[in-house]
Amino acid sequence: MSKLRIENLTKIFGNKQKEALDLIDEGKNKREILETTGATIGVKQATFDVEEGEIFVIMGLSGSGKSTLVRMLNRLIEPTSGNIYIDEDNISVMDTKALREVRRKKISMVFQNFGLFPHRTILENTEYGLEVQGIDKKERQKNAEAALENAGLLPYKDQYPDQLSGGMQQRVGLARALANDPDILLMDEAFSALDPLIRRDMQDELIEMQKTMNKTIIFITHDLNESLRLGDRIAIMRDGEVVQVGTGQEILANPANDYVKRFVEDIDRTKVYTAEHIMEKPAALSGEREKPANVLRIMKENNMSNILVVDKEERLLGYVTREDVEHLYEKGHENISKIINKDVPEIEPDVLVDDIFDVVHETETPIVITNEQSEIEGIIVRSNVIGAMTTGVQYDAIDPDQKAKETKEEINHE
Amino acid sequence: MSSLLDLLPQLPVSHGVTKLIEWITVHFSFLFDALENVGTKFMEFMTSYLMLIPPLIFILLVIVIAYFVNDRRYGLPFFAGIGLLYIQNQNLWGNMMNTLTLIIVASLISIVIGIPLGILMAKSSIAQKIIQPILDFMQTMPAFVYLIPAVSFFGIGMVPGVFASVIFALPPIVRFTNLGIRQVPEELVEAADSFGSTGWQKLYKVELPNAQSTIMAGVNQTVLLALSMVVTASMIGAPGLGTNVLTALQRGQVGSGFVSGFALVVLAIIIDRLLQSANKNHRE
Repeated sequence: MSKLRIENLTKIFGNKQKEALDLIDEGKNKREILETTGATIGVKQATFDVEEGEIFVIMGLSGSGKSTLVRMLNRLIEPTSGNIYIDEDNISVMDTKALREVRRKKISMVFQNFGLFPHRTILENTEYGLEVQGIDKKERQKNAEAALENAGLLPYKDQYPDQLSGGMQQRVGLARALANDPDILLMDEAFSALDPLIRRDMQDELIEMQKTMNKTIIFITHDLNESLRLGDRIAIMRDGEVVQVGTGQEILANPANDYVKRFVEDIDRTKVYTAEHIMEKPAALSGEREKPANVLRIMKENNMSNILVVDKEERLLGYVTREDVEHLYEKGHENISKIINKDVPEIEPDVLVDDIFDVVHETETPIVITNEQSEIEGIIVRSNVIGAMTTGVQYDAIDPDQKAKETKEEINHE
Repeated sequence: MSSLLDLLPQLPVSHGVTKLIEWITVHFSFLFDALENVGTKFMEFMTSYLMLIPPLIFILLVIVIAYFVNDRRYGLPFFAGIGLLYIQNQNLWGNMMNTLTLIIVASLISIVIGIPLGILMAKSSIAQKIIQPILDFMQTMPAFVYLIPAVSFFGIGMVPGVFASVIFALPPIVRFTNLGIRQVPEELVEAADSFGSTGWQKLYKVELPNAQSTIMAGVNQTVLLALSMVVTASMIGAPGLGTNVLTALQRGQVGSGFVSGFALVVLAIIIDRLLQSANKNHRE
């Protein structure tokens, strides 16, 4: 069961709404309807589901209807037609009182220009949502202070919004929205008014927070990079219509139409793809008790200058260089366990390619991608990263699961 | 063509208005009489209490208030002190207190009626469409015209003076309240709504506090307009500085007219600066 579901949600501004609705059913587009009726289509028959705990990004340029769409979710803007379900309760037919309860308990909003009340202190702002519910002062202050504490803002609680920087004000906006512990968080261009560095920090913080709080977040933005960074899934809007819904990688790999294609052309793919998309399987692995002669043979066959060494449980131990193994072989040692170099850069499969650059610069050995059990998923060498940067990644060509399987077989074979 | 227009009979507008006012006077006389009695008693009471304060104490009090309200600067308290001493010196103290009573009562009534009306206008576009032309009418119709029904409703004295002043001073507070609330940033209103505020909660916790400085500017305008009605109101027997000005006018006494007129100017400046400073302080 999805947390939030919308069906054929439509908003028409202006007169002759009924006529415009009929024209939509006939399949007329925004411009034709404007010409015949004078009515403007804000959002046209939007339909999608959002799962619990998901960050769902709605992306579009200005005028695409994304802000209208998000405001219909808590009915700051009344939908002209269509349905909105939260936990299978139909929001769109609720009376004022029931709607107010939903707004108080289930759904909070964060605004582009923060929407903080200038005449209230940070604490008073944060407790607003609890105050209107009639919760007594002591308790609501306690909750608000906890929310501020989480955001690291408690020392500022008695200041006024205009005494804080933009980034801090938006942290207050977020703390205020979280203070009444809603299930759903609507974030309308929440980071768009911040300068790029602060913005990036805020994105990181949101991702970090989301790991523990697990809210359902609807995030509106006009910035594709932001969508790709934050979104578990992305809905792209144009002229009031949702033109594509999918993960960032799906949208980059298979744009639904020319509009989306043009849109994603210039995107920096290193900020979308992760280690598991560009890793390759190591040509061969060695066990720790292997004889130097065998290791040397494998390395020669595969033309390798170094080889990764794993233990019996297939966990990464380190690597040995060809030079060292040759040396060992000349001395007639039994196995290679003594010369294992443990200094191998290890990263997790979901690290962004963008973040791998630094690591790859500082190391001569391949970077090893390991999973939580320290098992090797694949390796990345410098040429993989450069390749990803220049040509992009053929998404279709890569299947992480398949890759992992092959690697394991390789190890078993050894 | 002109002969064609001559065929139209003259509409009995004047007659109609006269009849209407007469009808109102007759049928609501109980209300007007009661208002007049209570109002006169109250205002006489208020003036006599204001008169109980010795002028020196009153002047010192105003100086102290001016000092603290105006950011502890000396300009305003100095001016207020000199100005009030001048009024006392010219034997206009009692008249000033009558004028002050008239201004305070007229302003308070205007505010009490005006702010809710302004809120209503801000909340309902239909109310705005209805009230807007009435306000225009009230502000552009020459003030003397109000005096006539005021006299037929309330006779002569303080109460009809207040009535005429309220009609004259009401529009700015209504307009400024409406403007102030409509100017509250959309995002703040949305924020209030998105947290599930009721209409009243939104009004009290978000809209009025954010519209406050605009509303206070309206209060300032209202008070000054009430003050500017003082001379006009004196024509229907409202006591105060206006009476002196009117008498001087009727007798052609330039000097006496200037003395009382200048006292009104002094009073206006003190009230205006005090209100402005108070409003500014609040904003900071």
